[in-house]
Amino acid sequence: MLLRITDRGLYCEAGDFYIDPWQPVDRAVITHAHGDHARWGSRHYLASSEGRRVLRTRLGADASIQSVDYGERIDMGGVRVSLHPAGHILGSAQIRVEHGGEVWVVSGDYKTDPDPTCTPFEVVRCHTFITESTFGLPIYRWQPQSEVFAEMREWWSANAKAERASIVYAYALGKAQRVLAGLLDADGGAMGPIYTHGAVERLTRDYRDSGIALPHTHHASEMPRGHDFGGSLVIAPPSAAGSTWLRRFGAASPAFASGWMQIRGARRRRAVDRGFVLSDHVDWPALLSTIEATGAERVWVTHGFREPVVRWLLERGIDALSIASHWEGEEEVESPAAGEEIVA
Amino acid sequence: MRRFAQLFAEVDRTTRTNEKVDAMTAYFAVADPADAAWAVYFLSGSRPKRLIPVRRLSAWALEIAQIPEWLFDECYDAVGDLAETISLLLPPATSYTERPLHEWIEQRVLGLAKLGEEAQRDSIRESWSALDGVERFVWNKLITGGFRVGVSHQLVVRALSRASGIDEGTIAHRLTGHWKPTANAYRALLAADTSDADRSRPYPFYLAYALEGPLEELGDASEWQLEWKWDGIRSQLIRRDGKNYLWSRGDELVTDRFPEIAAAAEFLPDGTVIDGEIMPWANDAPLPFAQLQRRIGRTKLGPKILADVPVVLIAYDLLEIEGRDLRGEPLSSRRAQLATAIANARAESRFLLSSIVHATTWDDARDAHGRARAQLAEGLMLKRLDSLYGVGRRKGGWWKWKVQPFTVDAVMVYAQAGHGRRASLHTDYTFAVWRDGVLVPIAKAYSGLTDVEIRELDGWIRRNTKEKFGPVRHVEPVHVFELAFEGIQASPRHKSGVAVRFPRILRWRKDKPPAEADTLDTLQTLLREQS
Ligand SMILES: [Zn+2]
Ligand SMILES: [Zn+2]
Repeated sequence: MLLRITDRGLYCEAGDFYIDPWQPVDRAVITHAHGDHARWGSRHYLASSEGRRVLRTRLGADASIQSVDYGERIDMGGVRVSLHPAGHILGSAQIRVEHGGEVWVVSGDYKTDPDPTCTPFEVVRCHTFITESTFGLPIYRWQPQSEVFAEMREWWSANAKAERASIVYAYALGKAQRVLAGLLDADGGAMGPIYTHGAVERLTRDYRDSGIALPHTHHASEMPRGHDFGGSLVIAPPSAAGSTWLRRFGAASPAFASGWMQIRGARRRRAVDRGFVLSDHVDWPALLSTIEATGAERVWVTHGFREPVVRWLLERGIDALSIASHWEGEEEVESPAAGEEIVA
Repeated sequence: MRRFAQLFAEVDRTTRTNEKVDAMTAYFAVADPADAAWAVYFLSGSRPKRLIPVRRLSAWALEIAQIPEWLFDECYDAVGDLAETISLLLPPATSYTERPLHEWIEQRVLGLAKLGEEAQRDSIRESWSALDGVERFVWNKLITGGFRVGVSHQLVVRALSRASGIDEGTIAHRLTGHWKPTANAYRALLAADTSDADRSRPYPFYLAYALEGPLEELGDASEWQLEWKWDGIRSQLIRRDGKNYLWSRGDELVTDRFPEIAAAAEFLPDGTVIDGEIMPWANDAPLPFAQLQRRIGRTKLGPKILADVPVVLIAYDLLEIEGRDLRGEPLSSRRAQLATAIANARAESRFLLSSIVHATTWDDARDAHGRARAQLAEGLMLKRLDSLYGVGRRKGGWWKWKVQPFTVDAVMVYAQAGHGRRASLHTDYTFAVWRDGVLVPIAKAYSGLTDVEIRELDGWIRRNTKEKFGPVRHVEPVHVFELAFEGIQASPRHKSGVAVRFPRILRWRKDKPPAEADTLDTLQTLLREQS
């Protein structure tokens, strides 16, 4: 086996490196900067150049990070390694590993829907495909994001009419910037002022510095005391819900942007006014069509609905296996321990 | 149907009472009476009986969605709601058609039960192909009899009142009991002439708030009437025009369930309405509530159950006497007239005048509260002597003061996914205490944790499952929780030998290792102390 699961993570023995390890290792190849994939403490990291700013923010100034362009080939102990766009967030990559004529691809997290904040997903042909399965059930079928953003604008303007602030809870890295991009008007502005939580603001700056067009934002905590947020839109990480940080916004209307909002129970549990179904992962049809497009004879299924996806594939004659990992899906991980810095 | 589904979505997605009422008011202001009648019916919690067996419905759905049954079950497991699972799995509508709500209900839903299975299937497939999104979800809920909306009866009444200008009291009065969802009934509900109220109907119940601050804030103890708070079925007994009606607070006519009380009502003068509590009662003392449940569960009441579980009506208040509405009189005056009415009807009767707990000072009240459990009461009621009989819940006149619950520290041993708002998360837990080094389950509880705690626990449960039996996960016995419950009874049906009432989670004892959880002895001691 070219790759195998060990206590520290997914390991390539031939090249002596790990992919998204969950414990410190010598050499880690990183699919993307989310906390469950890019963990602190490894000696050397290899990641995409598109995502180098956000990864730097996540791993700190001292981390040793080597960047490669998408498609560029690197030799690691005789193993050919290359990174290919995964369309999940800025800089997210699939890792292609080739050795002795055998090709493996590790998807990391990915989506095939359009997203102006990152390079679109590219199908990479392989023999073995290691795929995520965060939304691997047929109940997950995404509506076009243009509809979602139209609803979001409508909700924002209704709140603005009532002079209320609109708070969108979105994961600080990726989702927050995708929401911002979705609210960007043709003239480069937005419907009204947009404020951010510190965790979001910092990564949003990284996105802008990486050349992504986003509407102007203000860091909410830098506003003077008593500032009127009525009618504005606020983007905050889910962990800010219920915190005292929210007090400044008064009687605001909260919403949550996530693929999980597809389910009514999940929407109600969040106790928000709106749940916008906006996911950075593939839905069921896209998951299946991607697996097919890779031409893989063997599929390993990681974090998410592993068992159903494996069974579905097995019933269709594809050699599939469920792989236990410590990747949890960023949207389920909200505790600071998982790498989310909670800075107002 | 589109408008009704939109109303459902608006009410369902907001947590703000005002927005719910606004959405309903806007709907009632323009809706066709035939549609509005059904909307009132569904919003106030009425449902047609289950019309299509749910499993049958899912079989048809997976046929159309072209997925195997196991995958459907996985989806159901993740969603937690069958109607929603189906609406998410079906392909988009192929021939979307807009029809009014009453047409959907009267022509498509009510007739379904009478059709053969083939015809049902055709009808449902056709309906699915004509509906999309929320409409399809709402429709699935209607045909499975599972339609529920997060609004209280009182909010529906408020919206109707705002849309029509008729006062809330009249609407609440007109809506109690068996209200038929027809266009005419809807027009009558909002009719400007308010003298038509059905003679069988109870008044809206006046409800008490839970006591918040110190007793001293209520003013002088002498201005209050104290009574025991009983845990039975709050009811109104009505005798008008020579007929008797017994209504539960859930707006259910329960006259037939309690024939002894209906018979006793013959001794009351015409035009009498008593507010009281139906209690299982023998030898001058209440029986456990579970006994009453035995009676409620029966479709037929044989002589044995009538003898085993006799009931009384504990009379709290007099709302009407000789056809006169007393609700505008102070409690002290109503109470005096109630005492007379009960005394006059005493012979052969099943009425017990709720006894007044004497307290000249608040310290006396605290003393009495301490004796509540010994009385097998739930606590004390505090009612201002000058309080009028209000509509619904109005703060200040009446307070309920429950006794502190029993508590126990127990270990979580099983977990199961919840439903509705909690679907797709493990939120139903089974707890156990120690007996001879073994954990014995004593209670199931599914409320009391914060959303953050629930998510944390859910992740832990998924990672620490020892075994799965269907939806139930057997987890490592690690986490200790403080549980509260209202009562405890011996129960040979339970492995532990005890059954607790209304168990709920007070807090997650992260500070306690499982070895320090309580033992069954603790519960047995509580049981002995109680009896
Ligand atoms: Zn991710
Ligand atoms: Zn992930």
